[in-house]
Amino acid sequence: MAKQYETVIGLEVHVELATKTKIFCSCSTEFGGAPNTHTCPVCTGMPGSLPVLNKQVVEYAMAIGLATNCDITQVCKFDRKNYFYPDNPQNYQISQLYLPIARNGYVEIEVGDLKKKVRIHEMHMEEDAGKLVHDEWDDTSLVDYNRSGVPLVEIVSEPDMRSADEVIAYLEKLRTIIQYLGASDCKLQEGSMRADVNLSVREVGTEKFGIRTEMKNLNSFKAIARAIEGERERQIELLEEGKEVIQETRRWDDNKESSYAMRSKEDAQDYRYFPEPDLVPIVISDEWIAKIKAQQPELRTEKLERYKKEFDIPQYDAEIITNSKHMADIFEATTAICKKPKKVSNWLMVETLRLLKDHDMEPEDIKFSPENLAKLIGLTEAGTVNSSVAKEVFEKIFAEDIDPEKYVEEHGLKTVNDEGALIEVLEKVIADHPQAVADYKGGKEKALGALVGQTMKAMKGKANPGMVNQKLKEMLKEC
Amino acid sequence: MANKISDETIEYVGILAKLELSGEEKENAKADMEKMLDYIDTLNELDTEGIEPMSHVFPVHNVFREDVVVNGDGSKDTLANAPLMKDNSFKVPKTIG
Ligand SMILES: [Zn+2]
Ligand SMILES: [Zn+2]
Repeated sequence: MAKQYETVIGLEVHVELATKTKIFCSCSTEFGGAPNTHTCPVCTGMPGSLPVLNKQVVEYAMAIGLATNCDITQVCKFDRKNYFYPDNPQNYQISQLYLPIARNGYVEIEVGDLKKKVRIHEMHMEEDAGKLVHDEWDDTSLVDYNRSGVPLVEIVSEPDMRSADEVIAYLEKLRTIIQYLGASDCKLQEGSMRADVNLSVREVGTEKFGIRTEMKNLNSFKAIARAIEGERERQIELLEEGKEVIQETRRWDDNKESSYAMRSKEDAQDYRYFPEPDLVPIVISDEWIAKIKAQQPELRTEKLERYKKEFDIPQYDAEIITNSKHMADIFEATTAICKKPKKVSNWLMVETLRLLKDHDMEPEDIKFSPENLAKLIGLTEAGTVNSSVAKEVFEKIFAEDIDPEKYVEEHGLKTVNDEGALIEVLEKVIADHPQAVADYKGGKEKALGALVGQTMKAMKGKANPGMVNQKLKEMLKEC
Repeated sequence: MANKISDETIEYVGILAKLELSGEEKENAKADMEKMLDYIDTLNELDTEGIEPMSHVFPVHNVFREDVVVNGDGSKDTLANAPLMKDNSFKVPKTIG
């Protein structure tokens, strides 16, 4: 009888906060500047420079802590974590070890029928490191410190998860909460949300945890799921062979779908933390906490209920739309303009989701403006464009955010409601297709479809299909 | 001197600090560290029962900055003393991230 194993997983999640400036200096956090343009003596660790804490970082961290049911540490401070690496010009990272800003929280997750709490051990504020790019030509590394000093929170869970599905549910939950708070955009691909997975296995029924490994470099939900599966199997294999799992950090290679050990013995992990002498303590009053609580925007659960009540949107649709803060924002803004929530929801649920899937995009990547979607809905409601033209125009809105009114005008896509013009075309179609006319008169209903098709084609798809049908029947009766 | 620093400890601290020390330097460092530990023993003689650990020497807290971008392109100054440079970046020996 083969042994049964249970996977035990805890997560360390780093989230880049959506501040305009870095955590300890007034450099921009904007993504994508030329290397080292967003740097100053503070974020490059020049001797004599002094950090000053960005208040917004504390407020975002408090908001996340409160939304994840944590206790806020009312006297908290920073510590130095010492290590040498070219991405870290100070030779230490300013982080929090002894008095992190939030502790003892939880979020609730749902996987299938299972509802459970994943506890949060602690959450701390810290600074991001620079970026190393390997230069193939010289076989050297190039260092860019634009990311150095960008504010992060690190959210450390308890080892409460048991499967890849639970891990993903937990990450999605965190992501939704943080996006709703406006504290981060949480994009895994761009690295504004990063997850390190601590995983061990143990025989089902045993109390004691196995020896765990930490896996890094996981930048999509798919990669996380694959890495968990791969690491579980690797550890079980070792145990089955009577070997031991070594506590180490491993790097996941998603192309090879395997992991390898990252650090050698030379890089002993002894960070020699000590209180950061350049920063004074942070004292968080009850009033400050109350203020942050009062500012907390409507979170997803509340929004979902409101959509059902206020807009009469079905549960499933409301879930999909509110799953992304960005999509919910588009829904609300569009509805506010055109006052047609059902139509807006339809465009999001059908065409938008289809196009996102076709382009392998996330709802966060939606670029079109509510104004243009509202205009398109206006055009269809007024019968100015028919539904197939509307879909075509929507693809343009989705891709380039074009103004549909202008576009329809410029490309002559308006539905022709002009009876005179239609009759002219119909006369020609009837004259050109005597066989189809004869078939229809002989009782073949299907022949009508062919004539409608010819008419639509002659009118380049702009005819009003209902009107074509009706008029064609009338004219066929008479001829 | 009450405290003794072993050879292993000085070796380990050297690795952490990325320092290669000669035999003589190691002996000097050992003596320095022993002195520091002795000093901490002196401090430990004080009775600190019921006293909150202090994390900072000044009676100041909540020094903040508003979230407003002030700094412009600092790359010229940042890279001014770079021993090696390429593509507006510091060039360093190959490092696997
Ligand atoms: Zn800076
Ligand atoms: Zn961290």
